[in-house]
Amino acid sequence: MNRATMERAEGRALKNYTSFGQAVRNSLTMAYRGLQKIKRTPEQLFDVTFQPIIFTLMFTYIFGGAISGNVSNYLPVIIPGILVQTVISTSIVTGVQLREDMEKGVFDRFKSLPIARIAPLAGALLADTVRYAIATVLTLSMGYVMGYNPEGGLGYVALAALLVIVCSWAVSWIFAFFGVIARTAASVQGISMMVLFPLTFLSNAFVPVETMPKWLQWFVNINPISHLVSAVRELANNGTVGSDLLISLIGAAVIVAIFAPLTVRSYMRNT
Amino acid sequence: MQQYKGKMNDHAEWAVEARGLRKTFGGNTAVDGVDLNVRAGTIYGVLGPNGAGKTTTIRMLATLLRPDAGSARIFGYDVTKESQIVRQLIGVTGQYASVDESLSATENLVIFARLLGLGRAESKHKAAELLEEFGLTEAAKRPLKQFSGGMRRRLDLAASLIAQPPLIFLDEPTTGLDPRTRAQMWETIRRLVKTGSTVLLTTQYLDEADQLADRIAVIDRGHVVAEGTVNELKASVGNSSLHLKVQDAADIPGARHIVEQVLKVRSSVSAEAGVITAPMAEADLVTDLLTALRGGGIRLAEISVQKPTLDEVFLTITGNEGKAAPANNGAAKQAEEAAV
Repeated sequence: MNRATMERAEGRALKNYTSFGQAVRNSLTMAYRGLQKIKRTPEQLFDVTFQPIIFTLMFTYIFGGAISGNVSNYLPVIIPGILVQTVISTSIVTGVQLREDMEKGVFDRFKSLPIARIAPLAGALLADTVRYAIATVLTLSMGYVMGYNPEGGLGYVALAALLVIVCSWAVSWIFAFFGVIARTAASVQGISMMVLFPLTFLSNAFVPVETMPKWLQWFVNINPISHLVSAVRELANNGTVGSDLLISLIGAAVIVAIFAPLTVRSYMRNT
Repeated sequence: MQQYKGKMNDHAEWAVEARGLRKTFGGNTAVDGVDLNVRAGTIYGVLGPNGAGKTTTIRMLATLLRPDAGSARIFGYDVTKESQIVRQLIGVTGQYASVDESLSATENLVIFARLLGLGRAESKHKAAELLEEFGLTEAAKRPLKQFSGGMRRRLDLAASLIAQPPLIFLDEPTTGLDPRTRAQMWETIRRLVKTGSTVLLTTQYLDEADQLADRIAVIDRGHVVAEGTVNELKASVGNSSLHLKVQDAADIPGARHIVEQVLKVRSSVSAEAGVITAPMAEADLVTDLLTALRGGGIRLAEISVQKPTLDEVFLTITGNEGKAAPANNGAAKQAEEAAV
């Protein structure tokens, strides 16, 4: 009677840990799941489609004349700024959706499967890089249509785009953490906006730092978002690589190093 | 792997061994010292009303919840210390569908198969095979939003079987299903056990436990209040139960005497309605009873013989308010006490 049970159980190699290779494979499968979901419900891409178009148009024509004299002089300033602002805000959605997803029964199944514990989180975050890519391409295209002609050339612009996507992915771990600890999706949205709004606006993304009061300049200059914006400007407008790029990448790595373990731990405890 | 084989052999007999499992949510103790032993290759039913602690127990056994106290082993592996091994030995089907609503049935199964380490082609093959087996092939490509409750449950069960786990947890597998779908589900569960799996299922329905389970644990307010084979439990409450009302309240003692003499059980009287109830081993005895009552000159207002409801099983077993009886030994004795 229970020989079949035994044979089945013995046929597999039982391990009480998951290897790094398995963690990567599981995460990629979960990312594939995320992509399938996006494919099935394309309406969730609304925000990443319209926000870049509307924001780019709005900010450029409202502030262009006041800040740089005319719109075409403002484009090299505003396009990198709005690119960072738009793509980073898109990463809030990652946290919100993770919260919604976790409330569904399917997460119970993921927890009961012998897979790496980080996979459901890492997979969801990885799939969302598609959203960042869409937002990036649309913002840059919008800028191009309005007359933005980056001196750095296509190669450096692509590099800048990649930098923004990587940093947004890193930042999305912060919102994933909120997603895991918050009780409702709405509160994730609330907390995340509260964090991100000052960070993106108290930066050099829209306005030259010199026009701000001294005490504010201090904050703006240490704000990681400013460094990311500067890095993107250097890459796209001049085709140069500076210390801002290094600082941005280190910042991204630090965020992941802190928030990824924190998020996974809370996720496990919340079972 | 030498070591684990030895371990498997020692414990192969028991699929589940739980000792004193306890879980508290805030101030509410959902599970309060549950012991369970499930022999490999059998169907074990955990029977209880809503909120009795059935789901919490299963979630602890399935590594989804960490017990506050007590221990549990699945085929000899500890659920907290060796949870990742336990997860390789179990399949879990929850009360709610643990599948992805926005994806199709095939997509769901393929993703679970890939997570379990199957290759791309192998996963597709396995998904097709399971969908065929569960009669879902036609709906394979449709999004789950269009699935009926029964289809969803079947898909959910199919997803639990991808890795052919030796132990399968089913949390209320038929709650909310229509009778026909319910019978199909029962058939599937029976087939699973024939292939060597062990099934631990929870249910609120006595007849479901009756139909499927080899052994049953009755659970109430976080305690196991009775445990045994289906026949043992049945014997304790009778196959049917008699409800009897006399026209003249003065006749109640006389009527009880006759009932107890004919049925050879103790009866009870509900104070408010004056209804005499007694467990009946066989419904046939009602003929003898009616004859005896006429002979005694007692005029009846109402009489009915019903299958014992879950309520009655609980009332019988849990009878003495809050006093949890020790498992296994003589559910029949408790029944007698309770019926006084």
